[in-house]
Order: sequence, then C-alpha cells, then structure tokens
Amino acid sequence: MCSTCGCGQPDEVLISKPGKADLGHLEMHHHDEEHPHHHEHHHHSHAGGKTIVEVEQDILGANNKLAERNRGYFEAKNIFAINLVSSPGSGKTTLLERTLKDLKDELSISVIEGDQQTFNDANRIQALDIPVVQVNTGQGCHLDSDMVHRAVKELNPGENSLLMIENVGNLVCPALFDLGENKRVVIISVTEGDDKPIKYPDMFLSSDVCIINKTDLLPYVNFDVQKAKDYALRVNHHLEFIEVSATKGDGMDRWYEWLRKNRGK
Amino acid sequence: MHELSIVMSILEIADKEVKKANAEKVDSIELEIGTLSGVEMEAFDFAWEISVKDTVMEDAERKVHRTKAKAKCADCGHVFFAQTLYDDCPKCGQPFNEILNGRELRVKALTVS
Repeated sequence: MCSTCGCGQPDEVLISKPGKADLGHLEMHHHDEEHPHHHEHHHHSHAGGKTIVEVEQDILGANNKLAERNRGYFEAKNIFAINLVSSPGSGKTTLLERTLKDLKDELSISVIEGDQQTFNDANRIQALDIPVVQVNTGQGCHLDSDMVHRAVKELNPGENSLLMIENVGNLVCPALFDLGENKRVVIISVTEGDDKPIKYPDMFLSSDVCIINKTDLLPYVNFDVQKAKDYALRVNHHLEFIEVSATKGDGMDRWYEWLRKNRGK
Repeated sequence: MHELSIVMSILEIADKEVKKANAEKVDSIELEIGTLSGVEMEAFDFAWEISVKDTVMEDAERKVHRTKAKAKCADCGHVFFAQTLYDDCPKCGQPFNEILNGRELRVKALTVS
C-alpha cells in the first residue's frame, strides 16, 4: 500500500532528470536501513510476557535527522537551499522561471521540482538550461528529506550555488516536513483569499519569508495586502514580506536582493 | 493528508521496536500529539484505520495525550493556553506571541508481546 496516503498504489516515488529514463524508484522508507535510529532513552520492562518500551521518540524524527544531514551537506558545499511552498496555482514555477532567467548569469543555480505527477515543471526549467531533477511523489502530498537527499545526489549541485526546491503545491502538508533547507519561502497570490495565513497557519509559522505574488492583478481582485500581512504576522511576527508580480517583473529586485543578502550569511 | 505520513512513521517506529524486543505485535501504544501540532485528529483516525490493517499495530490499543498548547505574549510576557497559532494575549490584547509548546508529535511508549 502507498505509504503516504494508503491508497493501494505502489509504494513508489519517482526521481527523474528531463530527457532521461527514470533514475530509479524510491522506496519511501528505504533510508531507515542507512540511518539507524538511536534510542538513548530506552527502557524495557517485562510483565507477563509483555514488554513495555518507553521510546519517547519524535514521530518525525527520521525525517528530521535526514534533513539535518541534508543541511550539513549544503553547509559543507556552501549551498544556499530554499524550499518554496504554496497552494497550487500561486505562481511558484513562474516565480522560479523568472528568477532563473534573471539570475542565471550571476549565480550557479539548480532546481528540484516536486509534483505528484508529470515532468512539466522540470521541462520548463530544463528549457532555461538549468540543472533540474523532478521528484514525482505519486500520491504523496509533500516532499520529505529522503526525496531531497536522493534528488540532490542526482543533481550534484556545485559549491557556492543556489538550490531552489519547489515543493508540491499544498499549503498544509509540507509545513511539517523539514527538508534541510536554509530558508523556507511561502508564496501567496492576490487571487487567493487574504485570510490564507490564518486558514493555514502552520505554513506561515514555519516560513521565513512570504512572497505576495500577482500584484499586477490587485486592481481586479478584493485582496487586501495589509490585511494579509497582518494575519500572517499574527501567526509569525518574524516573517518578512516581498510583494512581486512574477509575470510583469514588479518587485522582483527586492526578492533578488533578499536572495543575495541571505545567501552570504 | 500528511496524517498518513505521520501514521506511517509511527508504524515504522513500532515495527522496529517489535523486532528489537523479539515480539510479534503491539498491544498498546502511547502517543503525544499537541493541540497545535498541525495534525487533524479526524484525518489521523482515518489514516490510522486504513494503515494498521495487517501490521503489528492492527489490534493495538491507542492512547493519545493531547498536550494543551501554551503561548507567551511577545509584549507583556503573559503565558496562556493558546487555541490557535494566532491568539490575542488575554491580558494585554496584543496579537503577537511565541508558541511554547503544543506542537509535540511523539511516540511515548509501547507495549509489545
């Protein structure tokens, strides 16, 4: 059974480079053999054939440990990794494409694309001559640190580079899964409701920056930018905001400034 | 529906503990799930039901401790039980706070046989 949603589909995640046959199926929980857990606080007691085990273990511990391993890899190679999260349709891929076009002469950039199905996004990135690996999560609703670990192995990003990880379009599930990124960037667009930050607070709590996209459409929609910011700040008062139109280019300079500034840190 | 990933992670932990103890199944499992952990209990129950079939946890009794979330007002320092990630401080009314706990997601203990 599929380990992410129990749907009866095969237990597989697909990691591929555009133009190449798939690079292998990924058993969702394969990493456990490679990275055994440690149970420092292990106590056993026996009573009538039953064993009580006090595990006191973080349920997401396996993911978090591998995320730390990814983080260590990024640090060693001075790679600045960002995790782009949003609802479907907020313009993540368009923002990414624009960023790649504008910065590819200045920075070495590679991309991990996460989607349930299709190579469409990886093909869009590939068309810009940017190294990209597509992770198809199948029925999975979020990337996890194991998928990123494997994608990074395929991608082999260079030292001092920028790694953009586009998560599966979903404002709920990816929030709990650390990928080992340096910064998490949540994107909302003005065609969504301005109360998204309090409807889906976990994602805003775990993000460092909030990009408000499609600002060129503000005259045509009821989105109140200040209200959205106020809501988001209630959830996470450390959040920074950048307003952009990824299609028209407005505000993109501020985003690039943020990338340059934080990459060096 | 990340609750399924979470249930699968619990199953993984349980599987390992069963093997380690040379046991066959889990009789009971104690979990700690904070009220602001991002887990929707209805989805969690559903995920549990469909995931534990034919596993070591099929007949396991499940105890869930719901840790009540606490937040500290960023302004006046008042500590209070938080219902959401964006509660106003009940003392000074200011909306910014730090969540102190309530985001726990832990397997506390298992009984295996």
